[in-house]
Amino acid sequence: MAIDSKLVERIAKLSRISLTESEVKNLSSDLDNILNWIEQLSELDTEGINPVFSSFDEEEIKYRSDEINDGGYREDIISNAPLSEDGFFLVPKVVD
Amino acid sequence: MKEFSTLSIKETISSLKNKDFSVSELIDFHISSMENGRELNAFITETSDIARKKAIVCDQNYSKGEEKPLEGIPIGIKDMFCTKGVKTTASSKMLENFIPPYESTVTQNLWDDGAILLGKLNNDEFAMGSSNETSFFGEVKNPWKNSMDNFTVPGGSSGGSATSVAAGIGLASLGTDTGGSIRQPASFTGTVGLKPTYGRCSRWGIIAFASSLDQAGPITKTVRDCALLLNSICSYDPKDSTSSQKKIPDFEKATDESIKGMKIGIPKEYEADGISEDIIEYIEKGKEWLVESGAEIIEISLPHIKYALPCYYIIAPAEASSNLARYDGVKFTHRVDAENIIDMYEETRSQGFGDEVKRRIMIGTYVLSSGYYDAYYLKAQKVRAMISQDFKEAFSKVDAIYGPSTPSTAFELGDKKKDPLEMYLNDVFTVPVNLAGLPAMSVPVGLDKKNLPIGMQLIGNSFNEESILSIASCIEKSAKFDLNPNRWWINE
Amino acid sequence: MNNLVKGETGDWEIVIGIEVHAQIVSNSKLFSSASTKFGGEHNTQVSFVDAGMPGMLPVINWVCVEQAIRTGLGLNAKINNYSIFDRKNYFYPDLPQGYQISQYKQPIVGEGSVTIDIDDKKSKTIRIERLHLEQDAGKSLHDQHPEFSFVDLNRSGVALMEIVSMPDISSADEAQSYIKKIRSIMRYLGTCDGNMEEGSLRADINVSVRKPGDELGTRCEIKNVNSIKFIGQAIDYEARRQIELIEDSKEIDQETRLFDPKKGETRSMRSKEEAHDYRYFPDPDLLPLSFSENIIEDIKSELPELPDDKKERFQKEYSLSTYDSNILVSEIEIADFFEAVAKGRDPKIAANWITGEYFAAMNKLGFSITNSPISIDNLSKLIKLIEENIISTRIAKDVFEIMLENNENPEEIIEREGLKQVSDSGELEKIIDNIIVENPDQVEAVKLKPKLMGWFVGQVMKETNGKANPKLVNDLLNDKLN
Repeated sequence: MAIDSKLVERIAKLSRISLTESEVKNLSSDLDNILNWIEQLSELDTEGINPVFSSFDEEEIKYRSDEINDGGYREDIISNAPLSEDGFFLVPKVVD
Repeated sequence: MKEFSTLSIKETISSLKNKDFSVSELIDFHISSMENGRELNAFITETSDIARKKAIVCDQNYSKGEEKPLEGIPIGIKDMFCTKGVKTTASSKMLENFIPPYESTVTQNLWDDGAILLGKLNNDEFAMGSSNETSFFGEVKNPWKNSMDNFTVPGGSSGGSATSVAAGIGLASLGTDTGGSIRQPASFTGTVGLKPTYGRCSRWGIIAFASSLDQAGPITKTVRDCALLLNSICSYDPKDSTSSQKKIPDFEKATDESIKGMKIGIPKEYEADGISEDIIEYIEKGKEWLVESGAEIIEISLPHIKYALPCYYIIAPAEASSNLARYDGVKFTHRVDAENIIDMYEETRSQGFGDEVKRRIMIGTYVLSSGYYDAYYLKAQKVRAMISQDFKEAFSKVDAIYGPSTPSTAFELGDKKKDPLEMYLNDVFTVPVNLAGLPAMSVPVGLDKKNLPIGMQLIGNSFNEESILSIASCIEKSAKFDLNPNRWWINE
Repeated sequence: MNNLVKGETGDWEIVIGIEVHAQIVSNSKLFSSASTKFGGEHNTQVSFVDAGMPGMLPVINWVCVEQAIRTGLGLNAKINNYSIFDRKNYFYPDLPQGYQISQYKQPIVGEGSVTIDIDDKKSKTIRIERLHLEQDAGKSLHDQHPEFSFVDLNRSGVALMEIVSMPDISSADEAQSYIKKIRSIMRYLGTCDGNMEEGSLRADINVSVRKPGDELGTRCEIKNVNSIKFIGQAIDYEARRQIELIEDSKEIDQETRLFDPKKGETRSMRSKEEAHDYRYFPDPDLLPLSFSENIIEDIKSELPELPDDKKERFQKEYSLSTYDSNILVSEIEIADFFEAVAKGRDPKIAANWITGEYFAAMNKLGFSITNSPISIDNLSKLIKLIEENIISTRIAKDVFEIMLENNENPEEIIEREGLKQVSDSGELEKIIDNIIVENPDQVEAVKLKPKLMGWFVGQVMKETNGKANPKLVNDLLNDKLN
């Protein structure tokens, strides 16, 4: 399927990335190329195959015990924030 | 002082024990190598002060006879590993000034064993690339210029890790490998690089690219050094749900094991893939070495391996698109101010990420989006299952798989930058291994006609790094590769 | 049963489905070891994992899994011993990872059901579609600054259960009963404290309307309603709004709405402009969640008695009415309180007192059963005094008033105040004889009008300050006057 600029703009919106017109153009052609190449997977019959989402096939899951032994270091949590005040992260006002 | 740079870790440690030189002397030498090597652009952050301070402690440990296995060994760390109090950027503008308040498990393991952080190494932005040209901090140069005297790429994404070791800056480095990011640069720079089995090393504290594929590993000068580092970095980590509890063997011992009677498979599918003639020549040479050492070469088939690359370019971007959603201008350094939250997100991410990262986020978002998930993402995970099955069947017949690490040797800087797809194809031999979670390594065998290193790849069965270390050690002995690029970057 | 709503064009049926978000009772979060405690200093109960720091990884808390299994069993649901955590991807300032870890295609709990009471005689089954585990997000404060919202991540990563009902609910009353019932079950199980004020329990309500027998109408989702009262108001308003739109020949937009408690209205959310595409996929940082059937069996064998069973038992064992049983089992604390008070006593008297005087006083004084000003022991003693005719019901009410003040032992109160019922027939006979002597007219009158007997009873009570045993007084008067 062809990737057009409208689709690129929709994906960019979902990805929260703003694009210039020329970026949209370039990405349309890049993505079109790449996805066409990826398309070769469709020649493979995968009927009845169970997908593998991880290459980790160890049986046993490790659980955490329900203890509190983390947190309590607010300064570290916000130390890299571009904008913070009184221990809060600050973001442009969000209105619902 | 030249002897410092040619010594392996093993040799350095015995010299330190012999008091041939002190850790402080060793560290001073490597710091000056690092400073003299700035033209390579391998380091983003030099941590000379930290290194000098720790060297003093290490020397005390040696004099007390309390030295730990890697005491005083200077190591460079790819800038994907979070290092407490030391800037960690993922080579992205997005994290340009990010200082982690925590240390990754694998680097902590190194420090606990006495190793010294020399600096943080350049890589492709968020480990996305095969040439180290996507870094926000600029491209890394391969110490090996080609015979036309042109700059070549060190490979990627662990380009800085490979370059530093090849140039003798630090004795080893850590890289991460999602689709070949340790093995391909090792191959391009004449170094040894190993990606352990998925789950051998903790991923805790490593900036995520594609979580189901990422794995940390060493880049070293020798196979034995590689094993030494592996012994240090592998551990079970309860903080990582995908960290293995399997027993960690003595990897160093494996490098002394004979390969007599081992069955080594060569996939027939490899032949068709446009491999350069010089590399084909070395594949044959390598076969002879292995047979001479008593191994048996068996032709095997991995029928679905040709689908590994397109499969990878669905899965890795899909996971990346989600992993990189946290870089939104709220919590970490880079933000572009805007009136409303959506504009803030979009501008921050637009300016904070480079082209390749954006491209992959876009691909990933697309293949996961409503209406395309089954056709792309789910399909790819099924193909992944088929590829894993191919390997399972192969390993019912052989102990290891042998072949080239890359279809070509290092290409010139800028050569493939314009065509992303051509760049992706460079990972054709390395990617299948990540999809199946297997251990694999690249070991240098010789130089091609352009005077550039050639690496051979060994793939092991799940949690069997030992076999490939034994075989690599045998190849190393036969190949007698001399890691000695012309030191053009030193102006004296 | 008639839940139909009258419109201009005839009757309408409301179709409601509810998603309950219930905070799991646990010490630490679903995937990190930071505290879940309510009301902590902002951003102090946040681990690097909860803040979405680079390289941080989730590790599941077993207790949260157990709580979900327990809740599933309490909802008579199928427990899936293989389930998957997925990432739900969207951008929001209080969602630090840029995705929420949730369960999408394979939840931990499958289909189940709960029974709600329509009235004393009728009940209705509401089917549960699923229950899944997910993380809560942080919190944005919008009123701290004119330009900025402040983000607090204390809640980020707290374990939630999302319980999704089928669209089986057909009125605001039923919706309220449904929520109360789910809350009650979880509180019995100790899996969610059900505290709606603290946000431990929130509901998203899907409302649509249709003419009876028609296909389902377009639904609107009212997000995050956090009190039972508001749930009722929101549904009533929303159903009315939709009916009016349709009757005006207007379209209903499928959208997300918010309930404004001040205005009693629902309104469209402004941030809805873009259609969501959550791009769910299995979280590669987590393994599939699997456990053996044995584990489910073990948890099952340790489940407490749940409200429906308890109600049945109360009716059988204590011969209580449906009405009383319903009230007594509605909260585990009430049921336990009742059983403790009623132990060795007449259960009906105990039930009457608890649902009557006791609750009335609690409501009036603003107490609840968990901080009751009267101890179980003392209330039980009071019931005993009534049961054994040591005090009359009327006196008991006075004693109860005194007990409310400082939880005094009722036996001591009646001793001190001399309130013991007079059951000495000799003493009462003397008093009655006196009254008869002093009121000859009345004695004559009562012979013609037996109803005047009440007047004599009143006189005896007056003389004894209400302490006379009423039954004995009646018997004696009957003997003497007839």
